[in-house]
Amino acid sequence: MSIQRNDWSLQRKGIIDQERHKERVREAIKKNLGSIVSNEAIILSDGKRSVKVPMRALDEYKFRFDHTKRKHVAQGNGKTKVGDVVAREGGQPGQGQGKGAGPAGHEGGGEYYEAEINIDELAALIFEDLKLPFLEEKAKQAIPSTTTRFNEIRRTGVMANLDKRRMILENIKRNARENRGTEKPRFGDVKKEDLRFKTWQEDVKLESNAVVLAVMDVSGSMSEFKKYIARSFYFWMVRFLRAKYDNVAIRFISHHTEAREVSEEQFFTQGESGGTVVSSAYELALAMIKADYNPRDWNIYPFHFSDGDNYYSDNEEAVRLADELIQTCNLFGYGEIGEEGTSAYRRSSGALLSIFSDRLKNKDRFIGVRIDEKEDVYPALKKFFGNTQGVMSDK
Amino acid sequence: MNDAEIKDLEAALERIWEIARGFGLDPYPTRFEIVPATVMYEIGSYALPGRYSHWTFGKAYHRMKTMYDYGLSKIYEVVINTNPSYGFLMETNSPLQNKLVMAHVLGHTDFFKNNIYFSRTNRRMVDSVSTHAARMTEYEFKYGRKTVERFLDAVLSIEEHIDPNFLVRRESRNPLPKLSPREGRYDDLLSANERPGASVTTDDEAAFPSSSTDRLPEKDLLFYIMRHSPALTDWQRDCVAMIHEEMEYFVPQMATKTMNEGWASFHHARIMRELDLPDKDFLEFSELHSGVVSPQKGSLNPYFIGYKIFEDIERRWDNPTLEEQRKFGRQPGGGRAKIFEVRELESDVSFLRNYLTEELCEELDLYVMELVDDEEWTVTEKRWEQVRDQLVANMTNFGFPYIVVADGDYNRNRELYLRHEYEGSELDGAYARKVIEHVHTLWGRTVHLETIVDEERKVLSFDGRTHEEQTSVTFDG
Repeated sequence: MSIQRNDWSLQRKGIIDQERHKERVREAIKKNLGSIVSNEAIILSDGKRSVKVPMRALDEYKFRFDHTKRKHVAQGNGKTKVGDVVAREGGQPGQGQGKGAGPAGHEGGGEYYEAEINIDELAALIFEDLKLPFLEEKAKQAIPSTTTRFNEIRRTGVMANLDKRRMILENIKRNARENRGTEKPRFGDVKKEDLRFKTWQEDVKLESNAVVLAVMDVSGSMSEFKKYIARSFYFWMVRFLRAKYDNVAIRFISHHTEAREVSEEQFFTQGESGGTVVSSAYELALAMIKADYNPRDWNIYPFHFSDGDNYYSDNEEAVRLADELIQTCNLFGYGEIGEEGTSAYRRSSGALLSIFSDRLKNKDRFIGVRIDEKEDVYPALKKFFGNTQGVMSDK
Repeated sequence: MNDAEIKDLEAALERIWEIARGFGLDPYPTRFEIVPATVMYEIGSYALPGRYSHWTFGKAYHRMKTMYDYGLSKIYEVVINTNPSYGFLMETNSPLQNKLVMAHVLGHTDFFKNNIYFSRTNRRMVDSVSTHAARMTEYEFKYGRKTVERFLDAVLSIEEHIDPNFLVRRESRNPLPKLSPREGRYDDLLSANERPGASVTTDDEAAFPSSSTDRLPEKDLLFYIMRHSPALTDWQRDCVAMIHEEMEYFVPQMATKTMNEGWASFHHARIMRELDLPDKDFLEFSELHSGVVSPQKGSLNPYFIGYKIFEDIERRWDNPTLEEQRKFGRQPGGGRAKIFEVRELESDVSFLRNYLTEELCEELDLYVMELVDDEEWTVTEKRWEQVRDQLVANMTNFGFPYIVVADGDYNRNRELYLRHEYEGSELDGAYARKVIEHVHTLWGRTVHLETIVDEERKVLSFDGRTHEEQTSVTFDG
């Protein structure tokens, strides 16, 4: 019988195995990027830095009963009668709670593991191998990318850049010098000559310029699901471009029968109705290029998302303008979004994707994908940005 | 915690020990250790200090620690069933909390020492698990951490499926085989299998009459796989053996949780009342105690149920009705003797079956609930016998489905045929499929699982690539 107290500070097994667990989480995320990329919690995260996503891959599988088909015994408040509803499914009933020492992992009922995912880390993971394709060195370096480096110390400068640590050191040194060692080194009586300032250098790096024209169909036939898909694709595209290239311009165009330029926020949130005239959007894109982005100076990437349900009479014009776009652009991406749940078999021949693949003249710089399910978003991203041919500048 | 406080605790421990002995408790010598919260959670999540490494422990640790950091839960006591036993006291607990924990822990260590289901428990398990941990580390070094981790994932998926009477079975083999001395605990069992095609005539096999270790159906999946899997290598068999040994240690705890917690709570209450606490402390104690043994609406708190039943047994045997006196010859005042008999002989299943009475069911307002129309948990049964029987059924096999090996040479192709002994509750199909994938890793050939899906007998199979589900032609293993 005794009471002891030992030093446990070196005890870190739990922490080591927690690291192993985290590693599993990262692996699981990597393996399930396809479904995580289009997870609502992330796409609608609205600026949050991290979100919780259910991760089936981290469940500890055991033979267990289907708790929804099982009879459970529980305790009431004293007046329970047959027929009383005591809980709703989702508010999971379980037997007892985990207290005390017992083998870990026996408490779980219908629970699943939710991993906390940091969106920036996730983005880094997704973008690991993605690049802007067909990037070319253009004549004009309109947007130099600059990085600021504090790498010098001077005696003069702006007060805001005062290097306090160095100033104190200089002051102590000077005091010591002036006392000739008669006193202990001390800090005090700061004079102008003690001040030290950090100064910076600007590194100018000349990069190719790129502009992305994000085009989205907002016509009546674009259901919630379709808009969501387009939205999740652009969510990552915007993040990708802004993370990898700091001098990329992005313009947003939404269209139904007419096209107009909108702000990023409007682009992602607004819903409209009406028919679809794709050529209107291409026309606007071409006009923008003509006005602001001379192809001699700019790498231009139009991306268009639609359900492919174009006015029949407009198809001819759409193909012609698409060809024209392709000639002026580095890459033209087109994503066609199907109905939720219907997979490849429902590729109507009247849809734009098949028309494009049949009739476009310049197909080498055209990438068309079909997205039927949320899981297709990630492959689409990879297809658009995974092509590394002809990449000349790569940070 | 300063030295004066430790002195005070030591004095209290001496008192508590005396009182406990006075009540008739007979615990193992118990060493208490004061630890910071992180260590408490660490030991809590591994269930024993020094066990092997695996990410699932890290996950449990992380969850416990997070809950603690957010103030959502608190572990009060962690106790290790060894001789001498260990109890852990949290540095940040108040002195009174720690006194209560000490009293509670002595209840546990008495239970560990005297309950029959622990009679074969390895009381030096802490040493064993650290040897296991060292061996696993060695395997990680030799075969790669990921390799070992993936393999353990597979073993852990069926770790609860051992035979609780495994040790009895081993001992009943008579005479014990005399083999050349070897190190591993299961080497004797494995050697028969190491020579492929070894026939019944070898010495080893003769020493193992098939009735004792090779009977079918076999409830001990781990043992069967360890002994007969065509796919396992030596280090893998050793890992299975180690996990098996650790589960032999844990299974009695799983099978007596309600009783054990009830017993400890029953006694901490008695002991604390004897301590002559000042009013302020007594108030704190009462609050704590009612927190531990509180009813949980819509669920069941094992501390509370166990506690109530022990109180009820003592009362009923102290004051038997005239009828009980006449019919069973029960003498008044036999309460204490009776509860000690119960703590020695029962497990949760028999404890509830024998001592959960109509009055208690009513007082505790126990009921059976079922999910109706996929959304509403509805009370479907209040008759006490049905409620009791359902509770007992749910605790059978400590709440795990009862799975047996029905055939290890199914289709004459060394495929493994498992059968779920259906007792009214269907399996979680998605989970079952994942588990047979794991079992396939262990067996190396097609694995089948016979069970009931939507009231129909089905066989789920996994051949390493694809899952199949067929309506079963009843198989008589």
